[in-house]
Amino acid sequence: MNRRWKDPLLWTSVGLVALVLLLPMSRPLFAALFPTLPRPLFELDSFADLLAGHVLVVAASSAAAVLLGAGAGIFVTRAEGAEFRGLVASIVTVGQAFPPVAVLAVAVPAIGFGFQPAFFALLLYGLLPILDNTIAGLGSVPSAAVEAARGMGMGEGAILRKVELPLAAPVIIAGIRTSVIINVGTAAIASTVGARTLGLPIIIGLNGANPAYILQGAIPVALLAIVLDLAFGRLLSRLERWRR
Amino acid sequence: MIELEHVTKRYGAACAVADVSLTIGAGEFCAVMGGSGAGKSTMLKMINQLIAHSEGTIRVDGQDVRAMAPAALRRRMGYVIQSIGLFPHWTVARNIGTVPELLGWAASQARDRAAALLEQLKLPPGEFLDKYPHQLSIGQQQRVGIARALAADQDILLMDEPFGALDPITRQALQAEIAEIQRASRKTIVFVTHDMDEALRLASRIAVMDRSRLVQLGTPIELLTAPKTDFVRNLVGRDDLGIKLLGIALVASRMRPGEAAPGEPIAATASLRQALSRMVAEGRDRLPVAGADGAPAGTLHLGDLLRR
Repeated sequence: MNRRWKDPLLWTSVGLVALVLLLPMSRPLFAALFPTLPRPLFELDSFADLLAGHVLVVAASSAAAVLLGAGAGIFVTRAEGAEFRGLVASIVTVGQAFPPVAVLAVAVPAIGFGFQPAFFALLLYGLLPILDNTIAGLGSVPSAAVEAARGMGMGEGAILRKVELPLAAPVIIAGIRTSVIINVGTAAIASTVGARTLGLPIIIGLNGANPAYILQGAIPVALLAIVLDLAFGRLLSRLERWRR
Repeated sequence: MIELEHVTKRYGAACAVADVSLTIGAGEFCAVMGGSGAGKSTMLKMINQLIAHSEGTIRVDGQDVRAMAPAALRRRMGYVIQSIGLFPHWTVARNIGTVPELLGWAASQARDRAAALLEQLKLPPGEFLDKYPHQLSIGQQQRVGIARALAADQDILLMDEPFGALDPITRQALQAEIAEIQRASRKTIVFVTHDMDEALRLASRIAVMDRSRLVQLGTPIELLTAPKTDFVRNLVGRDDLGIKLLGIALVASRMRPGEAAPGEPIAATASLRQALSRMVAEGRDRLPVAGADGAPAGTLHLGDLLRR
């Protein structure tokens, strides 16, 4: 009981929700902090909607990055896919080399404003850590365990499912964690192409020299990143319970 | 029964196993001996098709291994390797239950079987069933590895240098276990090793491999008394040949029944080598022999060790 109440994941999550709900009532606070600003509170959109939009674009792009990155990582570590390993790694590295702003700029003329260019930019940006960690994680599985599994008559699919992926999971999840945390930050920039994220007050604040707007966007983004990081930490320690 | 007919394995121009023909009968304990790179491990892995052979035919119980699905073939035989290969994220019980799970046993049945095998391999089930492999010593891990290979009670057991990584005391203990399992269950065992003493102690027949070829196949006594090539002669050892001969014969074979002698008795199932060692150490020329029940059975005389 006592331990549950001290759980930092619980408190940061509650803090994030409370922040988003209380921000609309914080006009007096920001007016006192920034007395020279004519509009101390961002009111163009609701913070709850912006948080939901932020989470949605990060979740959708990360889910797609996991499917593609882990899928490609599994494929190139199979006997049939080994030849493609170098090629896949180069393509993904090139994707990572473009700055996200450049990807967004290129994506807009191709697919228009809004959710879609943000989704693709984040997907591209999140692939590399997941692919790298999937390959590294599968590579770290003891070869003796795989040989024993095969020698006892486990099929290749069962070896992947029951032996390789569970043993590689902590490393793969660590890659997903990196990817998601990077994308929480990158999703803020995506509001430049019309995606509804917590980046909107930041971008408008930057354009209009309004530091109050910037804070009202940046603080929830930072808190969201912390909540997600703690959640992944929890998941990892649960996956590695057998090591203790 | 396992039959190899003119089996060859090529890697490009190199030959790992060259034209090996060998029949291992049901219930036989066949050791495959040789130096590193002689092809002995390759030969073992061709039996369960972890390595596909290039030429020749391999049959298990009369069936061509190429005609069987690899997984189905492998589920017919237990498999133990030097590096053990327990699944680190599974408990001991689940590790031992690997093949039963593949064969669709009920979980409770697999767990009971695991407990019985742990008992047999002298690891108390209450203590070990729910441990993880990293909590065990290497010797305990290989006991679990052997239990895992025995779980589905197949007739054939393939062992690839199973005791190579163990300290001498653990190795001897596990050699005794596997000899006992073989005596009790009459499994067909193919046992790869580079340790001649281990092969002499355990095997009913020994296949000696040298540079990819099978150079001699025979019983321990045949190898010791009639080595076919210099390689085999060096392998069995010129200096301690007599000691090795004593090592493969039992006290019971030279005992004079009914006679009594003073001193600490030696078991009838001990080797003559152990008996000689005790005579030298204790300065005696005879030892009392105890039967399986521990009761006096006779006397072993030093002079009788020289009889052929």
